[in-house]
Amino acid sequence: MQPDPAYAVLTRGLTKRFGRLLAVDHLDLVVRRGELYGFLGPNGAGKSTTLRMLCGLIAPTEGEGRVLDIDLRAHPERIKSAIGYMSQRFSLYDDLTVGENLTFYARVYMVPRAERDARIGRMARLADLVGRERQLAGQLSGGFRQRLALACALVHGPRLIFLDEPTAGVDPVSRRTFWALIRRLADEGTTIVVTTHYMDEAELCDSLGFIYQGKLIATGSPARIKSEMFGRRVVELAPADPRAASEALADWEVVEEVVRIGNRVRLILAPGAPDAAGVAVWLRARGLDGTAAAEVEPSVEDLFVSFVDRERKQRVREQLRALTTDQVGPSLVGGSGGAAGAPPERK
Amino acid sequence: MIAKEFIQLWRDRLALTLALFVPVAMLFIFGWAINTDVKHVPTAVFDQSGSVEARTLLEGLANSQYFDLTIWARSTRELTRLIDSGRAKVGIVIPPDFARQLARRQASVQVIVDASDPQVATSAMNAAAALAADRSLRLLAQTTQGDVLRDGSPPLDFRVRAWYNPDLVSAIFIVPGLIGALLMQTTITAMAVSIVRERERGTLEGLVVSPIRRWELLVGKIAPNLITAYGQMTMALIVASFVFEVPIRGSLPLLYALSLTFMFGTLGVGIFISAAARTVPQAMQLAFLTFLPSIYLSGLLFPIEGMPRGAQIIAHVVPLTYYLRIVRGIILKGIGLEYLWPELLPLLAFGAVIFTLSVFRFRKQLD
Repeated sequence: MQPDPAYAVLTRGLTKRFGRLLAVDHLDLVVRRGELYGFLGPNGAGKSTTLRMLCGLIAPTEGEGRVLDIDLRAHPERIKSAIGYMSQRFSLYDDLTVGENLTFYARVYMVPRAERDARIGRMARLADLVGRERQLAGQLSGGFRQRLALACALVHGPRLIFLDEPTAGVDPVSRRTFWALIRRLADEGTTIVVTTHYMDEAELCDSLGFIYQGKLIATGSPARIKSEMFGRRVVELAPADPRAASEALADWEVVEEVVRIGNRVRLILAPGAPDAAGVAVWLRARGLDGTAAAEVEPSVEDLFVSFVDRERKQRVREQLRALTTDQVGPSLVGGSGGAAGAPPERK
Repeated sequence: MIAKEFIQLWRDRLALTLALFVPVAMLFIFGWAINTDVKHVPTAVFDQSGSVEARTLLEGLANSQYFDLTIWARSTRELTRLIDSGRAKVGIVIPPDFARQLARRQASVQVIVDASDPQVATSAMNAAAALAADRSLRLLAQTTQGDVLRDGSPPLDFRVRAWYNPDLVSAIFIVPGLIGALLMQTTITAMAVSIVRERERGTLEGLVVSPIRRWELLVGKIAPNLITAYGQMTMALIVASFVFEVPIRGSLPLLYALSLTFMFGTLGVGIFISAAARTVPQAMQLAFLTFLPSIYLSGLLFPIEGMPRGAQIIAHVVPLTYYLRIVRGIILKGIGLEYLWPELLPLLAFGAVIFTLSVFRFRKQLD
């Protein structure tokens, strides 16, 4: 594989087997320098195994890859010092202060003594932690902890950072601040690879990669994925008899998928299908109620499921739903549009 | 890494206080001994008379099952050395003119007891006294046909001398042993918990993705534990010496040096536990599991000589057994390396094997 400075991550046929389990299956991943790349997929899809290979923690079974133009088979240790990594669990020492956590990571990443204080100061400003240097990390609220973890991952000035579900379990306001922060970092030239389950977050990325069963099943910019690759309408309604309505709709050839969420019914319509009003008309013609039929934004779940074989759809939905329900809110964007610059607040 | 560990240790005042004062509290709690009857005490005999009478007496001692007459010494010096090294716990010296003395009904046999273990000593002394009384009565019955003793002194007298711990104070025996047990407990637990806690909080993940080397991580984890363990040991020795008045007869530098070999083994066990345990309470439980056989079978509370055969075999696998002999040997007997190497070798072997295995295990766990 030829070195190419235009790319932060470049893999070809990257594969990892654990015994008979094929965790990552011939992945061709392309992340350009300075890009904010969203890596999406349900748990067990191979996301974390891929990240671990890219961080130089485990060696691939097959295939090759370059991270910041360092060969990941030949120099995994060099990759470790060149990149930053922030995990969902934040990796902070609760019994150390903010300043001590930063100092510790600066020393672990071998930031020269002369630069250390300056860098730590810059990180504290970046993460809006100035004045809190003497506070114990354990006493910080979720949003501050999250930003401190990011600061720790950035303290040695890496040009590429991996963020593994950085917003899991953090309140909406902090999520918004955090995304504004990483958006800014990306605009300033740091390449960011982030995994997330939230569609609003995914929409802030420059590129997205959907991974399922170890394979990359769709890639591209959010807009491209939505309009070209997805290209479907999503309609939600609240019929008087959701069961009868969903059973009838499931047999309608333009309906690709019917999902019942409580007493609401969510439809994914095939390209060329009628709009929300058309759905209501269709239902009324069959003596059924189609109250409040309206088009909604496709969720990350909808996009994802549309890339998966029909027989697996239900299972993948359940997997994704299990991931998002224990977090802040539903993974659906409330209303349409709205996500200009910052994620909208969840209800 | 080391600096971080110390800040954390200092921040965790409660743990630090516990680390330093729990041993002291334990010493006070365990300062009292438990008495058990000990049989088959290894006994060395220096028979200067070589007479039939002496042999009859020794047979009687052997038949009592309290004494195993295993070693025959050829000089008082050899006998002393046998007791110093711990190969014999009791020494019996029979005078050259034993037969003649006995005929005059004024025989006296010297019994030296290693009283650094008061349980063994008490048992041996009681057994010897009972035997002497029995013999005396039989001798009297044979010769004087029931005459009353003229001067009130028995014809056969065992002159018992308790070495190392003449007053048979249990604390003097128990306390040095407890120091060993405490050292083991804290090194195993502290080591296991410090790794498991990092994993539980997710910070180990942060270290694994960092360019920190495996050995740096390990040294960073071990060094503070070693230093706290030495602090603890010093604290315990001070209490032992000033509160329990345990005489410290041997060389402290030697004790500290040999303790290192023991601690490498226990730290290794701690690393092993950290690989097996998912949570801190699990690690504590596993650590506790290793203490049970060590505390009961190492001779800390009950002399190994008094154990059934199976337990004795286990006792010789438990590293604490050897370490206790070293601690007691140095503190109570004041002996040096020349007597201690038989205890040191198993410790070194155990430490090397466990430590190497655990380091391999640790590295694998990080991948």
